[in-house]
Amino acid sequence: MTGTTPPTAPRKIQPDPGLDDALARLDESKIQKVVQRVLANETGARLKAYVETCVRCGLCSDGCHYYLSHDGDPQYSPVGKVKQTIWELLKHKGRVSPEALRRMALVAYTECNLCRRCAMYCPMGIDTAYMIQVTRRICHLLGVTPRYIQDTAHSHAATMNQMWVKEDEWIDSLLWQEDEAREEIPHLRIPLDKDGADIMYSVIAPEPKFQTQLIYLAAVILNESGLNWTMPSAPGWDNSDMAMFTGDFEIMGRLKRKHFELAQRLKVKRIVMGECGHAFRSVYDVGNRWLGWRSEPVPVVHAIEFYWELLTTGRLKVARKYEKKVTFHDPCNIVRGRGLHERPAKWSGPFVRISWRCIPTGNITIAAAREAESSTPARRTKPSGWKA
Amino acid sequence: MHAVYGFVVGPLAWIAGAVFVLGLVFRLWVFYDLARRKDPMVLEYMSPKYALRSILHWSIPFHPVNSRRHPVMTAVTFLFHLSLVFTPLFLGAHMMLMDYYHGLSWPTLPDPLADLLTVVVIGACVFFGVRRVVRPEVRYVTTAKDWAILVLVALPFVTGFLAYHQIGPYQAMVVLHILSGEGWLMAIPFTRLSHMMLAPFIRGYIGSEFGAVRHARDW
Repeated sequence: MTGTTPPTAPRKIQPDPGLDDALARLDESKIQKVVQRVLANETGARLKAYVETCVRCGLCSDGCHYYLSHDGDPQYSPVGKVKQTIWELLKHKGRVSPEALRRMALVAYTECNLCRRCAMYCPMGIDTAYMIQVTRRICHLLGVTPRYIQDTAHSHAATMNQMWVKEDEWIDSLLWQEDEAREEIPHLRIPLDKDGADIMYSVIAPEPKFQTQLIYLAAVILNESGLNWTMPSAPGWDNSDMAMFTGDFEIMGRLKRKHFELAQRLKVKRIVMGECGHAFRSVYDVGNRWLGWRSEPVPVVHAIEFYWELLTTGRLKVARKYEKKVTFHDPCNIVRGRGLHERPAKWSGPFVRISWRCIPTGNITIAAAREAESSTPARRTKPSGWKA
Repeated sequence: MHAVYGFVVGPLAWIAGAVFVLGLVFRLWVFYDLARRKDPMVLEYMSPKYALRSILHWSIPFHPVNSRRHPVMTAVTFLFHLSLVFTPLFLGAHMMLMDYYHGLSWPTLPDPLADLLTVVVIGACVFFGVRRVVRPEVRYVTTAKDWAILVLVALPFVTGFLAYHQIGPYQAMVVLHILSGEGWLMAIPFTRLSHMMLAPFIRGYIGSEFGAVRHARDW
């Protein structure tokens, strides 16, 4: 038993219109109604078993990068966050004040990114991320979501992509990248809506919006590998899913249905997706289940797995390896979501320091914590010693 | 005192045993039924192969990453649980009672060893208690219930130890020992101690998710 932890630090709570406006419209009985509805209709054996058997041993703490990066502040430990959210809701049968709900929303949206690492640290295997997700679901149904991430969810609902990219802008971006790439590789094509191709390549909306050259780069790889591939022109091309993170499962379902049906309409054999981890989680693991598919109705291959396949089958040869050391930050959704951590390490030459330090990009740094910031999500973890 | 003794080893023992066994069966059924109706995903994704893989890996001390990060806690927890289960089952005096009342007998632990294991359980309970106070992440989530359960688990061992060594009023101590043991048994199905029955299923489910769906380890 070594080390003492500083007392829980006071928080700087910034205003967030997404939370403030919604909370102003709520009272205890409205909150209670929704909490009870979710608990009765959407939770069952898992929540009951997790809540009733957790022995409060605190052993999940070391799994959490928030806990480690806040010098062991117990409010950030996985079980500490469950205590502040779902236990609180259960204890009061959902009858909590809007102010209490604000705290829960901040914990659920900005202090846990559902990475599921704590599930690997819990001796019983309790899935804490699931309980935080239930809290997010409740917050969503009450309209209490940080504004920025909610805006991306609204975009999903209105456009079927995350970044308000219009249909003509999307097609135009693809043609533009094809044009650019042909300067370098004259025979390169970005085939649109090709019927019966082997592969449908799908991306996240920030690619056409902010990093359009990534589409160019992917097109180079797919062309050089001599693959029969296509990209869809219709909505459904975006595989990302911020609705999954806000707790808006209805929109999540619509998104995933659109995505898979697009692939089925094009009669492709499989979907290859870009690097986005959270999108992979939604397509591979979560969205399909919400729709009642046991696994993906069209096989989904994540970029890392796909590049691995290209490299090991010799379809793609690497001219020159990157010589400097690379740090591989723990990408939760493809490591704990698909076991892909060893591939980059094997393939990158001098590599590799695998750092189990999450950079909670997708749903927190970029989205939820833009405004609703109660902590500094991207703080670095420090090495920790043995503890009893 | 004899009447009280007769009651605790007689009717109350039957009641405690029945509550324990039927309680476990009832609670298992409750969880199965709830899973079937509300969480069919749990049953759908449960994979015996990966469930057992996970349970097996977590049954080996100092094998999972987190058990190596907390070596003292790991050692204490394993010793505690093993002693907790084996000492009462294989204690000579307990077997003799069963032999006397029901004519059942089985091999037992030598008394000095049983005595040592009892001390291990009590010592582990003290360790858990100290940990609840000293470690901030544990203190933060500790409630009165956790203390009550810790006392409930320690009590039969403390009273058993005192009775065996004839410290304090012997007869009262024996009665207290039996009473607390029965209280402990009856509490198992309905408190956090139900992890005795549910932990394998919780681990089995997360092991199935990690193994069969996500192709990742969970230890």
